[in-house]
Amino acid sequence: MNRQRRTLLKTSGAASAIAVAAAAGLVSPSALAAEWNKAAFEAKSPADALKGIGASAAAGSKDIVIKAPDIAENGAVVPVEVTSNIAGTQSIAILVEKNPQPLAASFDVSNGGEPYVSVRLKVGASSNITAVVKAGGKSYTASREVKVTIGGCGG
Amino acid sequence: MAANSMKIRAQVSGDVADVKVLMNHPMETGQRKDAKTGQNVPAHFINSVIATLNGKTVLDSQWSQTISKNPFLGFRVKGAKKGDKLVVSWVDNKGDKDSVQATVA
Repeated sequence: MNRQRRTLLKTSGAASAIAVAAAAGLVSPSALAAEWNKAAFEAKSPADALKGIGASAAAGSKDIVIKAPDIAENGAVVPVEVTSNIAGTQSIAILVEKNPQPLAASFDVSNGGEPYVSVRLKVGASSNITAVVKAGGKSYTASREVKVTIGGCGG
Repeated sequence: MAANSMKIRAQVSGDVADVKVLMNHPMETGQRKDAKTGQNVPAHFINSVIATLNGKTVLDSQWSQTISKNPFLGFRVKGAKKGDKLVVSWVDNKGDKDSVQATVA
């Protein structure tokens, strides 16, 4: 029985990594993540990335607070915090406008998860950091510029 | 399977738990050239991170290689109490994964 299970797990491949994790009990079935949004993450322009996450019509909002350094000492590790004060926030996405693939991450919050995230990003060149918030079926956006002296994409 | 790649701290203040997680991962973009071979080091990055509080999902995120090497993640959970069980798990694009559990302090 164990050998069959091991073979099954081996042949599952990377595409079903979440299924493997679930089988191993690390991720409970109710916490299975959605399929990785390849189209959005591999988009090469901010507009295409926004389209990929269904936020093309995002309206500017003053209720999204982005905390980031005005000048980043090290483009490989730029600390960015996003807080959404929009009621009913369901998700926060972060884009680095000038990066070759602008969409950095997207976070869905639920069950008390607050609309706040703190991450460290690679910023290739001075660029706007854009946050996109989804709340109540609508999208909202805000941006903040970060100047970079040494680019962080390994190039 | 990766092991012990994460450090986590969860502290409650009022009814909000502030969680900080540090993960050990190369987060290769796929654009860096290996100095010895001249070839691009293949993309290898965490692409999914999920956090649960007492078994309920509070944060479900998808990541790209834009997240810095050895990622830091900070988030907050309202309604958390001392003693609650917090689990944070990651999966990367090669199918590797790890998970860490913390008790809210």
